[in-house]
Amino acid sequence: MPSISRDEVAHLARLARLAVTDDELDLFAGQLDAILNAVAQVSEVSQQDVPPTSHAVPLTNVFREDVVRPCLTQQQALAGAPAAEEGRFRVPRILGEEQ
Amino acid sequence: MSELIRLSAADLADKIHKREVSAVEVTQAHLDRIAAVDGAVHAFLHVNTEGALAAAAKVDEQIAVGEVASPLAGVPLALKDVLTTVDEPTTVGSKILENWLPPYDATVTERLRAAGVVILGKTNMDEFAMGSSTENSAYGPTHNPWDLERIPGGSGGGSSASLAAFEAPLAIGTDTGGSIRQPGAVTGTVGVKPTYGTVSRYGLVAFSSSLDQAGPCARTVLDAALLHEVIAGYDPMDSTSINQPVRPVVEAARQGATGDLKGVKVGVVREFRGEGYQQGVIDCFDAAVQQLRELGAEVVEVSCPHFKYALGAYYLIAPSEASSNLARFDAMRYGLRVDGGALGELSAEEVMSLTREAGFGPEVKRRIILGTYALSAGYYDAYYGSAQKVRTLISRDFSAAFEQVDVLVAPTTPTTAFKIGERIDDPLAMYLNDLCTIPSNLAGNAALSVPAGLAAEDGLPTGLPVMAPALADERMYRVAAAYEVARDAAQGGPLINRVPELEAISR
Repeated sequence: MPSISRDEVAHLARLARLAVTDDELDLFAGQLDAILNAVAQVSEVSQQDVPPTSHAVPLTNVFREDVVRPCLTQQQALAGAPAAEEGRFRVPRILGEEQ
Repeated sequence: MSELIRLSAADLADKIHKREVSAVEVTQAHLDRIAAVDGAVHAFLHVNTEGALAAAAKVDEQIAVGEVASPLAGVPLALKDVLTTVDEPTTVGSKILENWLPPYDATVTERLRAAGVVILGKTNMDEFAMGSSTENSAYGPTHNPWDLERIPGGSGGGSSASLAAFEAPLAIGTDTGGSIRQPGAVTGTVGVKPTYGTVSRYGLVAFSSSLDQAGPCARTVLDAALLHEVIAGYDPMDSTSINQPVRPVVEAARQGATGDLKGVKVGVVREFRGEGYQQGVIDCFDAAVQQLRELGAEVVEVSCPHFKYALGAYYLIAPSEASSNLARFDAMRYGLRVDGGALGELSAEEVMSLTREAGFGPEVKRRIILGTYALSAGYYDAYYGSAQKVRTLISRDFSAAFEQVDVLVAPTTPTTAFKIGERIDDPLAMYLNDLCTIPSNLAGNAALSVPAGLAAEDGLPTGLPVMAPALADERMYRVAAAYEVARDAAQGGPLINRVPELEAISR
């Protein structure tokens, strides 16, 4: 049976860029453990020689014609931005102190 | 209360097109109804009064010069807040998109506007469509008009409740694991998940891209079919859109309504009953199957042995795709940004983490973490890989079943609507609501839920789901329409007429 520890949940939350609280970690660790125990039933078929299905409709490489078409204006693209400056997205610094 | 709000979409369209009533009057009657009862129901997150009246006035002008944009021109509709609209906020029930005004219309929105359908407003939903009760909305739960203390289903609880409360005759939902059909079942309304790829996902805020599918919600099977034909069709803006003509679902609904199912083979899925199923739900289902027999259908039992793995596969695949799709909410280009008021002091990564922590609710966080885990090196084969194999096995179960029968039936949901708050602390118990609906999302075939009757023990509605093969949506419409006629005859009128009068409750 799988089990997931509080430390693992904390690690996954970091990977997923979620600044979760200690209380959330306590709650989620228990809940996720129960959920994983339930869904692990699928591993019963893992040894079967069955092709995986990623998609209900088999489609590959859908292209459109390579022609110019209208798109969002700069103003539209920036309309929902938390911060914009000189027609561009204004973002926090990319590098941390140690970098 | 205006009698207009009790009419079906087909009847409303007929009156509007014959100029017995104007589209503006019809829209105003529904806006009045929303103003009167939505305080108690909370189906809507946003009501577009001016926009709706303007759209209705445009339809009236067109009709005055003899132009009717579509069979549903002038009929009002409630749109799930997961589809983008340039003139109304699109929040997906999440704080991370609070007040977001999208720069483009979803294809479904565009088609509705082109057809002259009047969009009244945007309906409440579980955040990012993750849930079965609409309790996961960041803006508070929606209440079931049959009993305001109970859930209206989810994720599309706003859409289903708006129909049952007579706030709108039509609604749009999206169905990733049952979010159209389960709300339909618990509110006594019709909900349809068309074949995957037949309704465009362009402008549908993504939860699980390989499963998400928009579809029609209504109070009658014919109304759902009319709406189906408005929104379905090939769209080059969606790379998974199927380039085939829209299925003749309206014709099938009209044929079904003649009440003859001779020559139709119906399969009852053996695996969907037993432990965990409410007795009243089973009784209503058995009565519905008996009615199908009386209509001339041949009913046989079929086995779909891999359906028992569907729930597990779904809760690996959907969170995995969600963890990837929701990575776009990074606080940089649109949506919420939490930076403590000090842009420049915190790094982009810190701002991202703080924003996502503040902007997402608990269920969304749980699923992102679960998906991140399932896709991790070392776990991928055991979890995600196995889930994809299950998907193949379930598709094969469907194929084998559809070699024997034309459509499949089973209960839509194991229980009737539960009380708000009853399952909110137990995510796993909540997931079990989707037990019967999930296989059709994994296989991509067509499925609907049509009201079946009231459970004896609590007087709450149940649903009869009908499942059809991919790109054979018309089959389920025919069967559902035939059943609807027989049910109304046997029960002395439409089920929805037995919903309690809301003003009386809210007082």
